[in-house]
Amino acid sequence: MRSNVFELVRTLVAVFLSLLIVFIFIVIVSKDPVRAYRLFLIGPFARISRLAEWLNQSIPLLFAGLAVAIVFQANQFSIGAEGQFLIGALGATMVALSFPEVDVIHLLVAILAGMLCGALWGVIPGLLSAYGLKEGDNLGVLVVSLMMNFIGFYTAYYTINNHFRDIYAGFMASPFIPSTSYLPFLSARYRINGGLVIAFIIAGLVWYFLYRTKWGYEIRMVGTNIGFASFNGINVKRVIIYSNVISAAVAGLAGAIEVTGLHHRYLWQSMPGYGFDGVIIALIARNNPALVPLSALFVAYLRTGGRVMERGSDVSAEMAMVLESIIVLLVTAEALLNLWQRKRLKRKVSQR
Amino acid sequence: MLQAALWGVLVSARTGSAWIGLLTGVVSAMGIAALLGYFHLRLRSDLILTGIALNIFCSGSTVLFLYLFTGNKGISSGVKSLVLPRCDIPGIANIPILGEIVSGHNVLTYVAFVSVLIAYYMLYKTPYGLRLRAVGEHPQAAASVGIRVNRVKMVALLLSGFFAGFGGVFLSMGYVSWFGRGMTAGRGFIGLVAETLGGRSAFGALWGSLVFGFTEAFAATAQAFRIPAEFANAIPYIAAIVAFVAYANRRRHSTR
Repeated sequence: MRSNVFELVRTLVAVFLSLLIVFIFIVIVSKDPVRAYRLFLIGPFARISRLAEWLNQSIPLLFAGLAVAIVFQANQFSIGAEGQFLIGALGATMVALSFPEVDVIHLLVAILAGMLCGALWGVIPGLLSAYGLKEGDNLGVLVVSLMMNFIGFYTAYYTINNHFRDIYAGFMASPFIPSTSYLPFLSARYRINGGLVIAFIIAGLVWYFLYRTKWGYEIRMVGTNIGFASFNGINVKRVIIYSNVISAAVAGLAGAIEVTGLHHRYLWQSMPGYGFDGVIIALIARNNPALVPLSALFVAYLRTGGRVMERGSDVSAEMAMVLESIIVLLVTAEALLNLWQRKRLKRKVSQR
Repeated sequence: MLQAALWGVLVSARTGSAWIGLLTGVVSAMGIAALLGYFHLRLRSDLILTGIALNIFCSGSTVLFLYLFTGNKGISSGVKSLVLPRCDIPGIANIPILGEIVSGHNVLTYVAFVSVLIAYYMLYKTPYGLRLRAVGEHPQAAASVGIRVNRVKMVALLLSGFFAGFGGVFLSMGYVSWFGRGMTAGRGFIGLVAETLGGRSAFGALWGSLVFGFTEAFAATAQAFRIPAEFANAIPYIAAIVAFVAYANRRRHSTR
């Protein structure tokens, strides 16, 4: 067993190295690399509106990271958070538009509907990976969940476009939802989504669920050693299904919160990419729900920094994506720091 | 595929030769495959996670370079890139119906069919193909008879990058004449399904790909049958899930 400190150091080293590599990238690409890099790294702090952008951006990422962490803890390589997010957003929008406008209840019903719709969308890959695929077929789980994202996107697109379309909007979007279903802003002036609070609470709940409840224990046991788990009388298929469904509920909740807390309508015309984002965030947080908020804030910071850099220099915002992928590459590279670890071990041995 | 699609377009525009574009595209795809190999084999990272990371890397960096060279973040139509030529097969081209179907396609379409034969020959008729399959079947056994497992794996990854590169170049220099961000739209994963469906053999992959090509073509024409476009677009992905699960089950039952 590796120590947590070592894991942390490894992650930090990976982040540092990636920042260095990206700086080299920027030097190649940009005419004024120092300025671009400075905007990238400290740009989000320069204005309150940028801080708001950062916080708002981190909310769906936080949920996505949690959703992925749950399934990854069960060693299920599912990246279906994106489709579940969209279906959740769709469900919340539909209910918010059709439910009578009663204070508080309206909002609650809309959010619950989003969660439920997301969870239902997660039932399909759950059942498929439990009964449809071979045990431990990670590639199968990955492919099925990825395809479900595309199907979810088109399902939501179809429903909004044909049944809930705002014909006065210049693009494909639903009408605005009634104001009784709004989630209050943290700060109305800067439009900071109130879902931030919910996101942190859910992160705590997911941590409690995974580390302090029987179901969570079963998920982790299946993730560590599937054979051992089933030998000890754990119903592996059941665990696979409910880990998928709970993760999907979290992703669906994220969709509902984006609709009720920020956009107040369904407006996704292309896929937002939260499935892969979730993987990045969960990986940086080592699948630990308690660390997911930090990692989500970090990734959202990079994205915001990327956009600030794009507005203020000649480097495009996708540099943030490149940086994230390099971090993941370095974090997953098991042998990268082995050398360093071995040296430390030697020193310890020689001290005794 | 994304890298290949992008570099094919950019380089063909710069050099004025579609063939140099093709070459650069394929080489860039192999470069990504080499990275995957280095991280997985040398630094022992998880193959799937590294694959995901490299996919993200490519979708980010292609937009980055697209913006750098064309000033546009969505599509490369601003630069004058070239298209690989269409090919008429002498003799067959003049036969009615058959000529229309078989002849006059993009040159890469024929390359695709020929590479099925090449891949088949390589995998099943050469000593190296035997070694490659042995490594896939049982790496320890392969290592015990003196095969350098990691080197063979690396070669396999490079070859797969080589073929994927052709796929990417076809998208941007044959299928259409521009590069668009994220234009592969999960085709790499669909290719995975096609290959699994075909039982992991060269000809099986051909049949699998034809099935998915058919569903995509069907999706493109489905609006004529008054099927909503959104459902038509979802068809290839639904087909992929059904195919994958059906295949996994068939294999499971046959091994029992």
